[in-house]
Amino acid sequence: MEFSGYQRNDGRVGIRNLVLVCAVVECVEGIARKIAERVKSAVAVTHHYSCLHLGNEQVVNTMVGIAENPNSAGVVLIGMGCEALRPEIFSERLSGSGKPLEILSCREMGGTARTIDKGIEIARNMEDDNRALEREPFPLDRLVVAVKCGGSDATSGLAANASLGVAVDHLIRAGSPVVFTEPIEAIGGEEELYRRAANEEVRTRIERVISNEENYWKMSGARMEFMCKGNIDGGLSSIEEKALGALHKTGSAPIVGVLENSARKCERPTVSGIYFQDGTHLEAQAVTNLAAAGAQILVFTTGVGAALEGLITPTIRVCGNPTSFAQMKADMDINAGTIIEGRESIEEVGSRIFREIIEVASGKKTKLEGLVPGVFDIYRPDPRLDSLAGISRRL
Amino acid sequence: MNRAIMVNSEDTVATLLNHAEAGDSVHILTAQGKETGTVKIGEPISMGHKVALLPMKEGDKVIKYGAVIGQATRPIRVGDHVHVHNMKSLRLAIPLNVPTNTK
Repeated sequence: MEFSGYQRNDGRVGIRNLVLVCAVVECVEGIARKIAERVKSAVAVTHHYSCLHLGNEQVVNTMVGIAENPNSAGVVLIGMGCEALRPEIFSERLSGSGKPLEILSCREMGGTARTIDKGIEIARNMEDDNRALEREPFPLDRLVVAVKCGGSDATSGLAANASLGVAVDHLIRAGSPVVFTEPIEAIGGEEELYRRAANEEVRTRIERVISNEENYWKMSGARMEFMCKGNIDGGLSSIEEKALGALHKTGSAPIVGVLENSARKCERPTVSGIYFQDGTHLEAQAVTNLAAAGAQILVFTTGVGAALEGLITPTIRVCGNPTSFAQMKADMDINAGTIIEGRESIEEVGSRIFREIIEVASGKKTKLEGLVPGVFDIYRPDPRLDSLAGISRRL
Repeated sequence: MNRAIMVNSEDTVATLLNHAEAGDSVHILTAQGKETGTVKIGEPISMGHKVALLPMKEGDKVIKYGAVIGQATRPIRVGDHVHVHNMKSLRLAIPLNVPTNTK
């Protein structure tokens, strides 16, 4: 099985050609956004954790992961000129990627308006160069697929997640690495994850990530219900059932790795198989983490009909509730509600999702691609909280 | 037709795809869409809720997705609604402030 994509200089394969306009500090976020508004294939990214370098190591790791994502076909780094978190810190890390890269300093340019104009010129040139790139066929082991669920309801475990799990099994057989995250969702599903762990090291790392997450939420002052009335009214009887319903989207293949996501490093998959990425359940941050791990495409399942799109990962939305699908038909790429209605089996929808993944990877636009800028946010756990909770994110 | 999915062949419960009334016959389907039998339910069960496929004693494990999702807290008969009133998590008790009336 093959998909078609763009060969990058670092050996990875992109499925879109984006120009990443990175405001390395928040003061120049407006500049990055103005540039991205005026250049069709450009997207703006930034963070809001100050312009210091010390303490922002994870911000750097994640932004580098994003800039290195195979869908990135050109990078414009923008700084104010007075920051400690200089653009050069990022460009040094990116030098091995072979991606076209330019740096702009607002102060050197003589102000915001000039930086915007220059940035538009640079981004347009990159976009023109990218238009000459051609797709080639590649085996599926070059496609890293991220899976995420959100807006879950009683149908999620039965329809959307169940069918995505079937598609994931197809992907694994074809050689693709598949990544999931959101440690909080795994609480209650540990036994199943341990059972699927490919070896002792993976099991130990899973234990670490999940116990960190529990410690974090059990801290004094944390207000979190692991099970709520909505879950129970919807039919979920235990946290195990809830977690397994979410994990069902990862299919049945062994978990071959746990990706560290810390101030030390942002790891990426290296071989085919299922990967559990450490991180957060916060929507935009989780999607961004998955992209920083190198996923080129995201499959998102929903019951209530949440319409999520990733900024740099084209997103396939799978909706398992027939009522929600009817309401949000314009946004949903796959109707898994046919399972609830008895018109298709879980396996049939799973095969459909698998085919859609290949088509979207090879160029087919998803329902929301190009309609809205997708979500993006940098995850940076507070080291003080981690210390109080007794957590180390270094696995 | 009333339908419920048995997600994994080892499961001791199936999950309803539509709301069904007491006395209804529910067709049990596999993930492949094959019907494996029917179960007569003794009480109303809502969509998303579980029906027992096997009888269980107190302490017996409830299996869904081929894994343990909890254990029976009371004897359960085939066709019974399986939920927080007759099963519990092995991992985390549902917080006391969360209402569990499910009708």
